[in-house]
Amino acid sequence: MNQAFLHGLPPERRLKGYAWLGTILFALVMVKALGVLPGFLDELPQHLERSSIDTLGDAGKEKYTELVPFDLMLDRAFDYVREDLGFSVVTRFVSRRLKELIGVFDNILRGGNKGLGLSAPPWTALMVIAFVLGYSLKGWRLAFLSGGAVMYFAIFGLWKFAMETLALLAAAVPISIVIGLLVGILAYKRKWVELALLPILSVAQTLPHFAYLIPVVVFFGIGHQTGVIATIIFAVPPMVRLTLLGLQKVSPEILEAGKMSGCTSSQLLFRVQLPSARNELLLGVNQVIMQCLAMVVIAAFIGASGLGYRLLNKLQSLKLGQSLEIGVAIVLLAVVLDGLSRAWAEKKRDYTANLPFWKRFRYPILMVGMVSAAYVLSQYFPILHKVPRDLTVTYADTWDGLVDWIVLNWTDGLTNLRYFLIANVLAPLRDTLLYMPFSAVLLLVGGLGLILGGYYSALLTLAFLVFIGLVGWWDRAMITAYMVIFATAICIVVGIPVGIWSALSERRARTALFWCDTFQTFPSFIYILPVIMLFQVNDLSAIMAVIVYAIIPAVRYTVEGIRDIAPELEEAATMAGCNTRQRLVHLQLPVAIPHIMLGVNQTIMFAFSMVIIAAFVGTIDLGQQIFKALSETNIGKGVVLGLCVSFMALAVDHLVTRWARERRQLLGLD
Amino acid sequence: MAEPVIRCRSLYKIFGLGPADLRVDSDGVVAPAILEREGVVAAVNDVTLDVSPGEILIVMGLSGSGKSTLVRCLSRLIEPTSGSVEIEGADLLAMNDRELIDLRRSKMGMVFQNFALLPHRTALENIAFPLQMRGMKRRDYVERARDMIRLVGLEGRENNFPRELSGGQQQRVGIARSLAVEPDIWFLDEPFSALDPLIRKEMQDEFLRLQSLLNKTIVFITHDFDEALKLADRIAIMFNGSVEQIGRPEDIVLSPATEYVARFTSDVPRERVLRVGSVMEPPGDDENVADQAVNVSDRIEKVVEYVLGQRLPVPVVDDGGAVVGVMHQAHVLKILFPRSSPPETVNPD
Repeated sequence: MNQAFLHGLPPERRLKGYAWLGTILFALVMVKALGVLPGFLDELPQHLERSSIDTLGDAGKEKYTELVPFDLMLDRAFDYVREDLGFSVVTRFVSRRLKELIGVFDNILRGGNKGLGLSAPPWTALMVIAFVLGYSLKGWRLAFLSGGAVMYFAIFGLWKFAMETLALLAAAVPISIVIGLLVGILAYKRKWVELALLPILSVAQTLPHFAYLIPVVVFFGIGHQTGVIATIIFAVPPMVRLTLLGLQKVSPEILEAGKMSGCTSSQLLFRVQLPSARNELLLGVNQVIMQCLAMVVIAAFIGASGLGYRLLNKLQSLKLGQSLEIGVAIVLLAVVLDGLSRAWAEKKRDYTANLPFWKRFRYPILMVGMVSAAYVLSQYFPILHKVPRDLTVTYADTWDGLVDWIVLNWTDGLTNLRYFLIANVLAPLRDTLLYMPFSAVLLLVGGLGLILGGYYSALLTLAFLVFIGLVGWWDRAMITAYMVIFATAICIVVGIPVGIWSALSERRARTALFWCDTFQTFPSFIYILPVIMLFQVNDLSAIMAVIVYAIIPAVRYTVEGIRDIAPELEEAATMAGCNTRQRLVHLQLPVAIPHIMLGVNQTIMFAFSMVIIAAFVGTIDLGQQIFKALSETNIGKGVVLGLCVSFMALAVDHLVTRWARERRQLLGLD
Repeated sequence: MAEPVIRCRSLYKIFGLGPADLRVDSDGVVAPAILEREGVVAAVNDVTLDVSPGEILIVMGLSGSGKSTLVRCLSRLIEPTSGSVEIEGADLLAMNDRELIDLRRSKMGMVFQNFALLPHRTALENIAFPLQMRGMKRRDYVERARDMIRLVGLEGRENNFPRELSGGQQQRVGIARSLAVEPDIWFLDEPFSALDPLIRKEMQDEFLRLQSLLNKTIVFITHDFDEALKLADRIAIMFNGSVEQIGRPEDIVLSPATEYVARFTSDVPRERVLRVGSVMEPPGDDENVADQAVNVSDRIEKVVEYVLGQRLPVPVVDDGGAVVGVMHQAHVLKILFPRSSPPETVNPD
């Protein structure tokens, strides 16, 4: 009983299982083709008519015929919490405090006559701070990158927006870290909190960015501080996860050593456990910063000002050149913050107690000196204080020209490609998925669950899909699924070979990993930019954006999987006289495949997250509906749609990681 | 004989069972049938032992024999399921958290197999850690930690982080940390098992040197019988959670209590374990003996060349020079090589 519940078919019977599954599916589709499939097995009641799908742009006429009006129930529940329980008192309070906090940072960074009444610091002061920070943490490269980024903000006339974004981050990051730490510690101490949290964390990680925005807007209204709240909510889960992981990874011997040293339980926590979990915690801090930055850009949709808001404005008026410059600023900010926080996390602490004062504090002293110099100099040379508007640089026209050139010269080719893809690949794929009776899709996923992971997996994945069916978004979910499937397929076909090719030489592997790291720090919304520049706004651009974003993990995991094979195995293959091809086919791929599959899984997760953002450039799937819900501040609908995306992602995630884990065990890699 | 420092009676640790699940008879013994019924294995099964002041008790057994669990029960890092442990007469298992912490801060030190050094602290800070937990002032604990650094011979390494030290140096830090609070009781859980053989030997000598200086009451866990023989005053051999035999190395080698112990000790180089006293025979009345005597407490290893080189039996004297026995070569050989048998007679056809 237990065996069948938690384990799939034994390997030798799998093939037969797949064959049976295929046969039944085929039979079901045949039955439908013959027109004898009963309606209740074919199509579910939906919000929107299926006919509305082909009339692009028109969202279709709404009707409420879903089986379970989950959205309305949620609406009522939220109403009850907000109005009857007086939750709005809390939200208003939080809102006000946050506004004050952001105000403080705003005043520091941009001047203003409140607070201490200081005027804005000269941009050169900030530049030297970034420079010295970069140098002290890592070296010249990071120093020039950080200083250069600050300079870029100043001379490209983006100073104000960059400082607004920084002020948002300065408020959101510490709060997220503290909340994440506290919740993580609580989950570590209380088993039931951990058990309750794990599913929430899973959903939180796969819930689309926009789905977070809707409840926040409903509870906190639109505005700058609302963006911070959404950002915090979005950035807390990874910190919780890493805190928990870090604490759980502390070796029992270290705990025992702490206890035998006579630690009380709070001494144990603060002086043994948390410091020993340092690596994970600092990784968590890095994650929080990156998540915050990604979300701060997206929070522009609900009125958070800063670089993201500016970008959104320029994008909506199709000023691509200016958008690009803002995009570069965001990317620079991301790369610098990632670089600084990572360098801080990896920094070896040196023991300095024996050094003289000036040596011990040489970086702070250097920083104070240079900042003072910047202040003094900027008194005499105003350009060092603030770059005046007429002196700022912009290459927007050049970029616009480039885009025009692309449109002029490439449009024909691209249009042809686009028509070809849509007519021959995309539309057929989409129509196939839509033609599939819903019962067939359920059968497919449940059957895979049963084969790979037993009844537990089957029931879990089925439950995810049944939810989508019941709430009435089946067709739209299938459209999301088709885009993800297509994008994933392209990512696999392109990304894995690229990964294999890179992994074959150490130098290429390092280059590939470096670029994967760099690209991964870019906030996902940024990927929309080049795609629009090349392909304009249409359905193909959305898929292109998804592919560009989601291909990163496919490459990275392939490189890692092949590179991390035990050296003895490689030596054994060499001594067995393998040539490069034999080594690849008989050693590297089979051993690396579980890790590569985890990469494919990440690719799928990335695709799900991007496909919703890509709704910005026009899709007709769940993402479009989430956007609509956001503009209508329709909380029930928005949350339900977000859950639909999340559940699809979780179902795939469950099946793939299950397979990969089993495979790793089979290979004895764990 | 002095009062034992650690006194442990009918100690049980059964993972997955609470004290309430056990029926214990008046002697504190759990009927094996209960264990069988519950389908559990006792990690520590009815262990009774005493450790006297200044004694080195080596707990010896293969992995899974329960020796690590036993030492953790004695330090209450693991809560025993039933039984009693007294530390200098105080009931360890009745202590509340506060008392337990006080006990650990003043009376106990422990060394771990994988060193268990805090990665974010330097060698000096690791050693000072228990002192800091005790609330000692910075000046004092730094000074004390420097003393400990000198004691274990790590001068010049004070400011290195654990990752910058070799395994042997890390364990020296672990030893210094465990001794920093001047504990009376010193637990060592396979302290040298993770080290290379040469370093291990060096650390064993270091351990003996420290013990000759400090004279602690020691419970030392190992799976290495040679190590046990070298260091032990007494050895407790564990198997499946029970102590099979406890006694001086000589007793265990010469008269193993169980089949298991016999198998365990069969390959031991006896000349290194046994002392002259355990192979001598009572002095004969008018025997001709060799001119040079050997000391009763010498290891056989040390005197065997001389003894076997003599044609006459060798007299044995105690520290005062009085003759207490005599060594016959044939008898010595028989004890050293118990398994040798006379050559088979070969038929000439």
